[in-house]
Amino acid sequence: MPELNKLQDIVTQTRRDILRMVHKVNSGHPGGSLGCTEFFVALYHELMELKEGFDMDGEGEDLFFLSNGHISPVYYSVLARRGYFPVEELNTFRLINSRLQGHPTTHEGLPGIRIASGSLGQGMSVALGAALAKKLNNDDHLIYSLHGDGELQEGQNWEAIMYAAGNKVDNIISTIDLNGKQIDGATDDVLPMGDLKAKFEAFGWDVLEIKEGNNLEAILAGMKDAKSRTGKGKPVCVLLHTMMGNGVDFMMHTHAWHGKAPNDEQLENALSQNAETLGDY
Amino acid sequence: MTKYIDQGKNDTRSGYGAGMTELGRTNPNVVALCADLVGSLKIQPFIDENPDRFFQVGIAEANMMGLAAGLTIGGKIPFASTFANFATGRVYDQIRQSIAYSGKNVKICASHAGVTLGEDGATHQILEDIGLMKMLPGMVVINPCDYNQTKAATLAIADYEGPVYLRFGRPKVANFTPVDQKFEIGKAVMLSEGTDVTIVATGHLVWESLIAAEALESQGISAEVINIHTIKPLDKEAILKSVKKTGCIVSAEEHNHLGGLGESISRVLAKNHPTPQEFVATNDTFGESGTPEQLMEKYGLNNKAIVNAVLKVLERK
Repeated sequence: MPELNKLQDIVTQTRRDILRMVHKVNSGHPGGSLGCTEFFVALYHELMELKEGFDMDGEGEDLFFLSNGHISPVYYSVLARRGYFPVEELNTFRLINSRLQGHPTTHEGLPGIRIASGSLGQGMSVALGAALAKKLNNDDHLIYSLHGDGELQEGQNWEAIMYAAGNKVDNIISTIDLNGKQIDGATDDVLPMGDLKAKFEAFGWDVLEIKEGNNLEAILAGMKDAKSRTGKGKPVCVLLHTMMGNGVDFMMHTHAWHGKAPNDEQLENALSQNAETLGDY
Repeated sequence: MTKYIDQGKNDTRSGYGAGMTELGRTNPNVVALCADLVGSLKIQPFIDENPDRFFQVGIAEANMMGLAAGLTIGGKIPFASTFANFATGRVYDQIRQSIAYSGKNVKICASHAGVTLGEDGATHQILEDIGLMKMLPGMVVINPCDYNQTKAATLAIADYEGPVYLRFGRPKVANFTPVDQKFEIGKAVMLSEGTDVTIVATGHLVWESLIAAEALESQGISAEVINIHTIKPLDKEAILKSVKKTGCIVSAEEHNHLGGLGESISRVLAKNHPTPQEFVATNDTFGESGTPEQLMEKYGLNNKAIVNAVLKVLERK
């Protein structure tokens, strides 16, 4: 399946971008970024209906909101390679006078970004507001959003989750990155959140799971299923089971790489596991 | 001094409601959000006429601020309204990240500000909101003085692109500014010219300042009264022009002296024209239950307090 191979090439290159970005400035969040790389690539290169160019209002196209803004490396890489800004600009990640701030922001006018995120728990409300605006504008395009699982510990999410179902906001697909990890350890140890599927369903959402959240085929099938469930009176939630640090063996099965950059040796090792496909920036 | 006539007491929040009703008819992009306080915010007429453009969010102010930020993406002009305490301190980070830092065209419209909320007491009487909001980069902060001015301000901020904090109150107060006034954001209003002292007031304290100026006139003191409805951006020129003439100033506001209008004025004076200043404001305290009049008296926020502050500042000239 050539299309899948093409997407896989972008995934591999995106991993390289992420690793090189955080290595250069010895800061940033590689773990969650690597865990969501396949999802981002599927979203921006296959699933979303996007216009050419960028305008803030985004009428007549699908919109994406990243709530867990700390995984900015994957977001920036995917936006750049989708053509929102020059790929070379990834070189400026987290540097002074850069548009690629540590956490995504509209403040410096980086194309592709529509809201600042980083302080957790705010993105679902914003995404819902954009969904309401789409309805008012009779624009039948969709809103996609991504949230960390640990992020659901923030109470504002549950205000938004309640609002969305209560008001039948059915043009949104909110995906939860279920990697089971947060800064201080496993989510089950830090603050167990119980059965998230049951919780979302109890609030009135239509919930589906993608068990293999790092498998492109599974993501595409799951998200197309999610898309087919929109417009039916319920907001749609996707529980995306991912592996933090996916694609780099020593970054997997641990929360250690949540917010830590690899050293020179580790970078070399990580890059050797992900061959250059589209050309490094 | 220039005399002003009370056209009939009314509440500033009803001025907001009337402004929203008009915006509902004239600006199709205006949408309203409220967190379970529709009656208090006087926006039922807007809802009746524009049910599709109203979002009842329930008792969930954090979500309301995020929804408002999101609604701007798609060209809407959201007016998010609740009590001042819940519209600022409770949701400061939501406003900071999703609205101010993101540069969203959201109007945060806050009623029941200050002690004149009355009997509900300190849990609801925020005296820190001006400070909280003026510290946010890019946030415009407006505190109109009466019904007519609040309505005019509501209309004006819809035409301004960017985040705005509009602060108003609960009690019925004198309505004395022109019904057809043009509201200019950031432009002070000269109410009465004088030569001995400048009184700069915002919100409910403007009318009190006019009463104080009359009392001072009877004592042979000529007070210049300026209405600063916009605390940020502050009309520095109007303040400096006045104090260069009078040589002293009293600031008056229903807010803590830390972080309020008075402090903003002090900064302008310190940098440009050091001038003796006295503050009519609350003294780093919470409020309490009582009638608005009792509270204004107890916390030193009425015309008597302004007269006393003037007498004190005149001695420092």
